[in-house]
Amino acid sequence: MSTLDALLGDDTFPKLLVRNARRHPARTALREKDLGIWQPVSWQGYLEAVRELALGLRELGLRRGHKLAVVGGNRPEWVMSELAAQAMGAASVGVYQDSTLHEVAFVLDHCDAEIVVAEDQEQVDKVLDMLEGLPKVRHVVYTDPRGLRAYRHPALISFEAVREKGRAVLARQPRLFEEEVAKGSADDLAIISYTSGTTGFPKGAMLSFRNLLAMALALHEVDPKRPGDEFVSFLPLAWIGEQMMSLSSALALGFTVNFPEAPETMMENVREIGPHVMFAPPRVWEGMVSSVQVRIMDTTAFKRFMYERLMPLGYAVADRRFSGKPVGAGWRLLYGLAHLLLFRALKDRLGLSRLRTASTGGAALGPDVFRFFHAIGVPLKQIYGQTEIAGISCIHREGDIRFHTVGQPIPGTEVRISETGEILSRSPSVFLGYYKNEAATGEVVREGWLHSGDAGHLEDGHLVVIDRLKDVMRLADGTRFSPQFIENRLKFSPYVKEAVVIGQDRPYLCALLCIDMGIVGKWAEKQKIGYTTYTDLSSRSEVYDLVEKEVELVNATLPSAARVRKFVLLYKELDADDDELTRTRKVKRNVVEERYGDVIAAVYGERQAVDIDATIRFQDGKTAHVQAKLPVRELLRKVA
Amino acid sequence: MALLDVRNATLHFRGLTALADVRFSVEQGSIHAIIGPNGAGKTSVLNCVSGVYRPQRGEILLDGRDVVRLAPSARTRLGVARTFQNIALFKGMTVLDNILVGRHVHQRADVLMGGLYWGPGQREELADRRRVEDIIDFLEIQHVRKKVVGTLAYGLQKRVELARALALEPRLLLLDEPMAGMNAEEKEDMARFILDVNEERGTTVLMIEHDMGVVMDLSHRITVLNFGEKIADGTPEEVRGDPAVQAAYLGEPAPFFTGSDA
Repeated sequence: MSTLDALLGDDTFPKLLVRNARRHPARTALREKDLGIWQPVSWQGYLEAVRELALGLRELGLRRGHKLAVVGGNRPEWVMSELAAQAMGAASVGVYQDSTLHEVAFVLDHCDAEIVVAEDQEQVDKVLDMLEGLPKVRHVVYTDPRGLRAYRHPALISFEAVREKGRAVLARQPRLFEEEVAKGSADDLAIISYTSGTTGFPKGAMLSFRNLLAMALALHEVDPKRPGDEFVSFLPLAWIGEQMMSLSSALALGFTVNFPEAPETMMENVREIGPHVMFAPPRVWEGMVSSVQVRIMDTTAFKRFMYERLMPLGYAVADRRFSGKPVGAGWRLLYGLAHLLLFRALKDRLGLSRLRTASTGGAALGPDVFRFFHAIGVPLKQIYGQTEIAGISCIHREGDIRFHTVGQPIPGTEVRISETGEILSRSPSVFLGYYKNEAATGEVVREGWLHSGDAGHLEDGHLVVIDRLKDVMRLADGTRFSPQFIENRLKFSPYVKEAVVIGQDRPYLCALLCIDMGIVGKWAEKQKIGYTTYTDLSSRSEVYDLVEKEVELVNATLPSAARVRKFVLLYKELDADDDELTRTRKVKRNVVEERYGDVIAAVYGERQAVDIDATIRFQDGKTAHVQAKLPVRELLRKVA
Repeated sequence: MALLDVRNATLHFRGLTALADVRFSVEQGSIHAIIGPNGAGKTSVLNCVSGVYRPQRGEILLDGRDVVRLAPSARTRLGVARTFQNIALFKGMTVLDNILVGRHVHQRADVLMGGLYWGPGQREELADRRRVEDIIDFLEIQHVRKKVVGTLAYGLQKRVELARALALEPRLLLLDEPMAGMNAEEKEDMARFILDVNEERGTTVLMIEHDMGVVMDLSHRITVLNFGEKIADGTPEEVRGDPAVQAAYLGEPAPFFTGSDA
């Protein structure tokens, strides 16, 4: 096929690794901050590590067609393990490292992995604890020996010991690695990516090298990357988005992937690297904006004055660009001045000074956040896609950004809307199917078209995503509304962290909201409102007043039949550990509706407040009892 | 042989007897806890070992050598390091600099060599920084490496203090209430660090701690003091079942529970 022509036959990840090491042996492929210093790994070093590891894994019994599971944080060892497995013809399966015991066990068992690479004691404990229920797992390879000294489990082996085995094989059969790599082809299974799934158990999407590389090359055409570019890898490598950047794109295009020192140092490390390419979900971009806003509140009067005068200028120029109006010389001069005085420093603080291609995906990003980045000169783009299409089908184009859309299809991808209003897409990146689940595969791929399950429409070539098709709901009077659409708009408010809109078969809409403790807390301090805990803060009438204004703003943009009439501020944040969110922080609607059933009943029962008597479970297993009175707020301006 | 041997240590403050004939020994490579009600003399024992107090009678043997007459600094050179009940860090300095201070005892370069950052002085400082970075990695405080200590949360300051003590590369580590004032998660982390220090670095630990759950889980051996006298000594199981210990703790609120008085 023609899609991978640009790779000149190097059509698998391991072949590309060998190619890159041949072309630029000394150039930096990976960098990890360790012991306070950025330690580089050259393409040659990368290849050697993968070669030893691959042969070592082969000694442990890894063969063509097998699966290798990897669980851990963003480290060079993670990507090396994946490549080592693929070099031997096996597929790699990423497991989210913050998964619970049972989630890990489900994926490990379902994917038939015989070898698991686990980063540290925490991950090793998870696997060993469940080992009795995992008859297929024979070896657990750990990369960080910390705390494992006293472990004597026969299945355990260290990363270094596997490499040592590999070195012994290399001495006996120096050509074995290259021979195995040469056997690979573009249509081999490369990875199985388990999708988080807001309902039921996760499904394993099988993707071939062709799927992954075709997507990387097509994206590169409209959003180019260069070999000297820097990229920081901080999102879960089990996620397709991170696979797309740190593996497919990095290997095909040869840029450098950097791994932060620790999750807590992520933003600091981004600033040290100054990446050219960045891909992050909305929460990261939102986090940056709110950190700027909080710091501006705390800074000197002069700096605040400058910020408040110059930001509108940036916004004005960004808005002109968005609406396609020309930016005249006068505007440019003023913008240049604002750049020198403010935007340059702001970008430097955020580590975005060199950023050339920035994208967000996975969920909707608020227009305010979008405008903020364009105002300071960061060309942020929205992307859209699914794991099942190797990550991406649409992206904003340079100079043609409309933030209510997700842009246009990337080259080689077709997008159309079915009669039922569902978004369908077709490209060389449509996946091979769900692992051991043909029924589910048949449901989503019909006649080559991937059925996204998302409702949307096209607006002269630009795709607009509304909601999950099955989530479009009806009020009792038949009015259709999209809860996710409204929730996203509510969440665009800096004060609202999570929102769940209820209304199926009800007379009107109500919203369960969680405040953003950081920002509302700061606001409360400014207003001299005393509070103790999250529960206390979120039950304050001043906070209710604050949020009410935000809800009214959202209501103004909604059709009058589907406006939020009442809302409640929940006494705790929704949490993935309580099963209320998925690991990628999507709300599990059915769980929330059931758990807060009494609150919802009170809202529609026309009560003014709900008595809460609940038990909160903390991470360490302790529980606390919460007794509170939760006010129900009805919006003053009556909804029609 | 025991690494530390406290023999009949008696300490008076004028008429008040803080320690009366206290004797116990800490085995090489063990985690040894001292417990007891408030005012039992736990910190006094630690102060006698580190050299802040000098007992009027008795001997303190480190590796068989009596160190009672040695100044604290001399004991440090013999491999004794400690943390304090009330954090004693340089609040205005960064985490990195605080930990580097712990390396001072091992540094040979003089003011000139160090000041010029040249030759052996430079090599030594690089080697020290490397060791400090190992400790930062070990205690997972990379994210605050360059922060000023005074701005950090209490639990983190405790961790930095432990880091500084580890920078001395001690053979005997004295910890005065390492968990005091910490929340459950911080305690869990600290407990893991103490275990790792002991297991991976082979450091002998002598600690005072009020959190009985922690003491019973971590310690190999426990010495119980009451009013300056040793009333029991043994493994956690032995001490738990000792009637004298139970009697000493009666009247104390919630004896075998978590909670501290720092």
